[in-house]
Amino acid sequence: MNNFMEIGSLHYYLAMIWFVLWGVLWAVYFILDGFDLGVGTLLPVLAKNEAEKRAMLNSTGPFWDGNEVWLISAGGVTFAAFPYAYAQMFSGLYTALMLLLFTLIVRGVSFEFRSKVESDTWKKIWDTAHAVCSFLPALLLGVAFGNIFQGIPLNEVGFSQAGLFGLLNPYGIAGGILFVTIFLMHGALWLCIRATGDLHARAELLATKLWPGVVVLTVLFLAYSSVTTKLFNNYLVYPALFVILLLPVVGLVLMRTYLGAKKYWMAWGASCLYIGGTALFGVVGIFPAIIPSNPNPANSLTIMNSASSVLTLEIMLGVALVFVPIVIGYQFWVYKTFATPITENDIHY
Amino acid sequence: MDVLMLSRLQFAAATMFHFIFVPLTLGLSILIAYMETKYVRTGDEVYLKMAKFWGKIFLVNFALGVVTGITLEFQFGTNWSRYSAYVGDIFGSLLAIEATAAFFLESTFIGVWHFGWDKLSPKAHATVAWLVAGASNLSAVWILIANGFMQDPKGYVLRNGRAELNDFIAVITNKWAWLEFFHQIPAALTLAGFFVMGISAWHLLRKSETDFFKKSFNIGVTVALVFCIVTAVEGHFHGNNMSLKQPAKLAAMESHWVTQTNAPMYLLIVPGEDGNLVEALPIPGALSFLAYNDFNAEVKGLNDIPKEDRPPITITFLAFRTMVGLGTLFILLAGFGWLKRAKLEQYPLYLKILPYCIPLPYIAMWAGWTLAEVGRQPWIVYGLMRTSDAVSPVGAGEVSFSLVLMCLLYTLLGAAGIWLMIKLAKKGPEDNSPIQV
Repeated sequence: MNNFMEIGSLHYYLAMIWFVLWGVLWAVYFILDGFDLGVGTLLPVLAKNEAEKRAMLNSTGPFWDGNEVWLISAGGVTFAAFPYAYAQMFSGLYTALMLLLFTLIVRGVSFEFRSKVESDTWKKIWDTAHAVCSFLPALLLGVAFGNIFQGIPLNEVGFSQAGLFGLLNPYGIAGGILFVTIFLMHGALWLCIRATGDLHARAELLATKLWPGVVVLTVLFLAYSSVTTKLFNNYLVYPALFVILLLPVVGLVLMRTYLGAKKYWMAWGASCLYIGGTALFGVVGIFPAIIPSNPNPANSLTIMNSASSVLTLEIMLGVALVFVPIVIGYQFWVYKTFATPITENDIHY
Repeated sequence: MDVLMLSRLQFAAATMFHFIFVPLTLGLSILIAYMETKYVRTGDEVYLKMAKFWGKIFLVNFALGVVTGITLEFQFGTNWSRYSAYVGDIFGSLLAIEATAAFFLESTFIGVWHFGWDKLSPKAHATVAWLVAGASNLSAVWILIANGFMQDPKGYVLRNGRAELNDFIAVITNKWAWLEFFHQIPAALTLAGFFVMGISAWHLLRKSETDFFKKSFNIGVTVALVFCIVTAVEGHFHGNNMSLKQPAKLAAMESHWVTQTNAPMYLLIVPGEDGNLVEALPIPGALSFLAYNDFNAEVKGLNDIPKEDRPPITITFLAFRTMVGLGTLFILLAGFGWLKRAKLEQYPLYLKILPYCIPLPYIAMWAGWTLAEVGRQPWIVYGLMRTSDAVSPVGAGEVSFSLVLMCLLYTLLGAAGIWLMIKLAKKGPEDNSPIQV
């Protein structure tokens, strides 16, 4: 692969900024879609009757669509800022990505379809579809990112030879399990905020039980990463970077503390910090690669050999600086307006 | 089949399926926002009822449109990775801007619209309706600028083995893109108009909620009439620009073989891939005039275009005629409805026909896009990159697997969605109908 830039040039710094923004977009996506995927997976586990199912679906209903656009943006930014990495990532992970898309499609329509027909069978079909298609994206995203952390077998022209079954290696699966567990925890905490009565009590109990699992899995995943990936290399070269690891650790501790104190918004916020911190840890770990190559690191897709031109990166930066604050502004307003505990009045029959 | 053909099929299937839902989203969102505004201004509850009734159908349609759209963005990477790598510097940024500036707004506020009836004032709720409509149509701007680049690439320079952006203003002011926009949006409004007319006619025949559906019909027919005329007139200018920029598409859509001045248009043509099978009843100079506004202009024939640079002729030819034929029919149908709108009950046959006309604007738009995209072949970016050079180096097995799965899934979901929309449409409006998840 040809390098488009000299290290230290304007082009390099622009690409570096976009690398950070790329990581932030993924982190925000995991934080936001994470809880609605988690709630969706928990649907058959936590809801005991129709009213509770409605409450669970209504708890994410106003938000999931806006949340999922962060995925579109993360994809779009990969395309715009690092077209070579986008081309390789998406063609290399072809089947896994298609499956991810199909599950997200089914899940999206299930929100809209299930209540439109008064039939128990119809509702059951869409509830099942909703749960399965909330669980699978979490798993697939975890597998995909596990494989990216570990490195994908790229050849000289950058084409991955992984295939779907190649992705299902032990570390990839570990990533999948970690993602699913994190999203379940995140979703349970969201329900603590929005659900009332028995549903709330069950969600709180589940979150309390899940927490030690998240801690153990996080520690195991980090230990596993230190053995099979090069994620820690940057940290060993610049030990100051280890500060980043404090974010998920603090997040975990606060999550449990606030949950115990029944401060649910704060507990959920701590969970956001934990997810954001974990994502950031991984992203910093792979820098300057966007898709590290394994076993041959020379074939990695990096910010140097994958980035767009200076002009495109500049224009995109301008667009992001104007629009991202606006997006954050109105999404914040939507959360403020709609994220209140769900009462009988909010569940229409 | 090879990966190229499979990927083309997959793209065509994904796009055309997505495009069952997009035009209604573009057009109906504007009509609903108008209804809500009318309610805020007049306080007439019938307009609130209207926004809720049409809104319910809209939401099912919107959901299918959004979820099938995700596949499109990712398909450029999965199926067309060499295209993505070659023009990503320009094309990728346009998609990213679309997501950031438009799609976020649309997707966030559709949730607010859906769940906000009790939480927002009528005025604020109407504003949200306009935000959804505006953002949806703003999405179309960016997508069409991206498509405009594929049709008539501008603002790039070949450097570092790829097309790099060197003039962003040239990219976003591309005449082709804006002509497409002013063809597409009026066409979407025509479609929404016919959609509202068709469902209203069904209820008017059954004399259910007559006042409600008469008012709905009036909005639908006015919008349809105005915008099908706009679409047709704009189509002429669009055609002029296309004739200049893509002579091969012009020659294929007319199945025009011999380069000549004062080129005739044949009323009867049976096209073939190597020359017309039948060619009769010429109108002298008509083709020259339609293409260049000049009876004596020279029109390049397919004989002078190397075979490997010709688009598939029969498909392009038929797509063009389907689009124009249906467009003419829409003007007649909408014109008749508008003239007789005060005494519709005297024309039961017309009311009976209209529900069956709902699919026609969809077919016309499909044909239009077929003309645009198939007619551009063998180029993925006109004159710059061939479709065959753009496809991903993935296995045919992987593509076949996902293609079959996609078709199955889309068919199931599409059938369920359309069935739901018909069910909701037939049920008619409810009083204070609760909006549910």
